[in-house]
Amino acid sequence: MRSPLSTAIAIATGLLILVALILPFPWLQEIRTILLAPAIILTGVAGLIAIYNLLAVHGRKMVASQERDIYSFFLLLGFLVTFIAGLILTPANPQFQHVVTSIQVPVEASLMGVLAVSLAYASVRLFQRRKGIMGFFFILSAVVFLVISSGFLSIGRNLPVFQNVLSIVEQLPVAGGRGILLGIALGGLTAGIRILLGADRPYSG
Amino acid sequence: MDLISAGLAAVIILATGGLITLFTLPGFRRRQTAFRPIAAIQRLQRAVGQSVEDGTRIHVGLGKAALLSYNTASSLAGLTTLERIALLSLVSDRPPVATSGDGALSLLSQDTLKAAYRMSNVGGNYDPTLGRLAGPTPFSYLAGAISVIRSEHVSTNLLIGNFGPEVGLMIEADEQQKGTNIVASDSLPAQAVMFGMAQDMLIGEELYALPAYLQAGAAHTASLRVQDILRWVIILVLIGGAILKFMGLI
Repeated sequence: MRSPLSTAIAIATGLLILVALILPFPWLQEIRTILLAPAIILTGVAGLIAIYNLLAVHGRKMVASQERDIYSFFLLLGFLVTFIAGLILTPANPQFQHVVTSIQVPVEASLMGVLAVSLAYASVRLFQRRKGIMGFFFILSAVVFLVISSGFLSIGRNLPVFQNVLSIVEQLPVAGGRGILLGIALGGLTAGIRILLGADRPYSG
Repeated sequence: MDLISAGLAAVIILATGGLITLFTLPGFRRRQTAFRPIAAIQRLQRAVGQSVEDGTRIHVGLGKAALLSYNTASSLAGLTTLERIALLSLVSDRPPVATSGDGALSLLSQDTLKAAYRMSNVGGNYDPTLGRLAGPTPFSYLAGAISVIRSEHVSTNLLIGNFGPEVGLMIEADEQQKGTNIVASDSLPAQAVMFGMAQDMLIGEELYALPAYLQAGAAHTASLRVQDILRWVIILVLIGGAILKFMGLI
């Protein structure tokens, strides 16, 4: 049995914030602000604890007698250098920001480059992996929308019938996307309500 | 929020909550719920058993949704799934590891794992480093999670939560390790990448159905029934709206 006190607090807080979101009474908005402000601070504290946990994991990996991870040393070193520099210069310092982004942005860009190559390879593998009707339509739609987005068919836009067909086809991914998002929204709604009912309790282990 | 939207939201929330409560009551539960077979979930169930037998690890990637953001619901579904997976695989030599891209979410994953250990009466074996923050930004999360996939004897990767298109690199890392990957996300770009790269994926709301398939409880099964009802309501509203618009009434 999980802690009934934690469950009661979670349900009461959740319900109050939900009611404040729906009903426009000023006193409810004040309660909402009072409840959310400490939640934001607690989330920040949780972030700090999680970073400490991350460092502990890598510290352990670095000194492990078996399967030692050399990259953990670089992670801890990078963290220490950034942390100390941030303490001395403050995170708002333009030079500090410049140095951090000069490292971070190229690394992220190169990862996106690797992702592009991986996706190109995956598109070839897709023919083997998704042999069903879903795979066929995925590949077909990918090809059709690549052709449409390339502007190759823009010459035919002056033809009245072709223009109508093209505009219908262009609406299809929007409709499909909305369908998936509606399903996700329904799932999100029921997940949230289960928390409010106390049926789902991802807290107080 | 204007009055009509607020009223509509209140009605939807109350109706959903009421129906979930109703379907959870013993008198209204179905004796035997027949779930639609989903290949990804069947594969996951097999992979969990296999990893216990092999003494390998299951990695549950919970994504990068911040707890106070609008896309937390997928992470909550991920946490429930993590609990079920942990309960099924704690007897393994290598218990499951959960990574996340948000501090609060990583604490919840620790709490969830702790609860699973306690429910299995092995609370003393709980290790807080099994639920960890892999990195606080999308790409640092990616790098941290890839490190887990590659270096911690992971045979099954279940990625369930909010991811961006960069999730493709995690799937690729798993492919290189010849592991099993089952993925689900609430993000459309990530779903497109997953469809192209993953072995098995859950599309759209199937992400939220996973806990029910893993027998997480009556409330989850009731949620699926309510989702089915709401889906029909939406279909009727869409068709009705289209007809009314066609007739020029709205």
